[in-house]
Amino acid sequence: MPAATIKSRPIYPGLSLDGKARRHLIAAEGEGALAVLDVFADQPDAVARATLLYTPGGSAAQEHGAKLSALDFDGLHLMPTQPTLLTRLGVILQTATMGTRIYVAGVEGFIGKVIASAQTHGVDPQSVRAEHRGSLARRVQCVHCKGMTENVTATPFVCSHCGLNLFVRDHFSRRLGAFQGVCVDAEAPGELPAREELYL
Amino acid sequence: MSGGVEIPVRVVEIEQATPTVRRFRLAPIDGAPLPPFSAGAHVVTLMPARDRVIRNAYSLIDRAADGSSYRIGVLRVAQSRGGSAFMHDEVTVGTELRITMPVNLFPLAHAGRKHLLIAGGIGITPIFAMAEELRRTDAHYEIHYAMRNAASGAFVDELRARHGDKLKLYRDDCQEILAVDAILPNQPLGTHLYVCGPEGMIEAVLEGAREAGWPEENLHSERFQAPPTGEPFSVRLAKAGITCEVRGDQSLLEALEAAGVDAPFLCRGGACGQCEATVVEADGELVHNDHYLTDADKASGSKIMLCVSRLKGRELVLDL
Repeated sequence: MPAATIKSRPIYPGLSLDGKARRHLIAAEGEGALAVLDVFADQPDAVARATLLYTPGGSAAQEHGAKLSALDFDGLHLMPTQPTLLTRLGVILQTATMGTRIYVAGVEGFIGKVIASAQTHGVDPQSVRAEHRGSLARRVQCVHCKGMTENVTATPFVCSHCGLNLFVRDHFSRRLGAFQGVCVDAEAPGELPAREELYL
Repeated sequence: MSGGVEIPVRVVEIEQATPTVRRFRLAPIDGAPLPPFSAGAHVVTLMPARDRVIRNAYSLIDRAADGSSYRIGVLRVAQSRGGSAFMHDEVTVGTELRITMPVNLFPLAHAGRKHLLIAGGIGITPIFAMAEELRRTDAHYEIHYAMRNAASGAFVDELRARHGDKLKLYRDDCQEILAVDAILPNQPLGTHLYVCGPEGMIEAVLEGAREAGWPEENLHSERFQAPPTGEPFSVRLAKAGITCEVRGDQSLLEALEAAGVDAPFLCRGGACGQCEATVVEADGELVHNDHYLTDADKASGSKIMLCVSRLKGRELVLDL
């Protein structure tokens, strides 16, 4: 769990079951599966009213998907990637009704994308129950070309779109669900500070 | 401090909407356009009664497009503490009053995909303004309006003309009950609910929504409660060195104002938090009537909202 030292970064209180919800809609990624198991494993009534979307990400070898399948969710969608999961989530959100509680667990970039998707369907970010699990890797937006780079573990890094050397600022955009990357060697091209692996 | 900027206005039109509701059109005395407001806003109206200034909050119905007037709706309450009786008995066309700048503690959540507006009785005034804004912006909405009988339904004709079948009426005299469980199912995700009306109705609607699994973020309500009466007590302001008595029919805030203290306020109904004061000493039990302080704050006994809460005891000392 990342320390709450960055003011702009949301605090993820962790998953907890909403006993009053009529439906549970859960999006999980990688190690987020363990958070889902922690909350739903002993709750057959909730599981019977729950739809789970899961993509294994870097945790494929752990076979969390099999453990989740064993729980007998009312709806289970094992998706190959985050983008395919988000597309499926968008379709479900379109016809979802009030009384549906949304949960998300996984890496921070994934949490941000799920909350943003819920928000486009009129859901207040505060009412999405979120838990950060897995790597501390950051999703970073280059302030110059606006390109997003996923899974950034070190600063500075090379923008995957425009190739600039970017310093990762400790400033989080809730709208984008991403940190900000700023060119680190604009004045003296090629003069780079030592690379630090900070976000493993 | 206090209620901020005041605007002198003149009553230019009075309409008897129902046997107990009057609508007043207020125009600025200096002719400068009244500021625009967002739907759900209210103003505090200052009424020059014989022995004191009465301050009551009234929701704004609408504003003339050119800013030349506001409309407010006032229900004559049976046990008036002075305000509604003054508006109904003393105010005529030409009466001069003062109002505060509009304040909105009941705004629309524009990110919502759909809006359920629920009103009971005079609670229709802010809902009327909100419905109009939703109509103008082509939003998705429904209005549910409960009233005693056809005669007490202020605004029904105007609402029907503007909103057509988006308006659903519930009349007590026809045994039509506004049942929240009938309204809530199958509402699309991202629906927001707004309720204004009698305390019991607000509680029932909010409780029904919570039971149906609606998150707090989607529930909005506004109650304009009159300050509850109680036993008289005395209040001492530790810093200012002022002591005054609070009558049984007077609120703490009103007593301080009568003593010449320029105390802060906005809603005067225990909702906004503007008049929060720190308690230094309380010789008795604090009676918290507000909807602002958390249960922990109330239990701590160190905070009080001047507008609606009081002391059941002898003397209250405030850090003012």
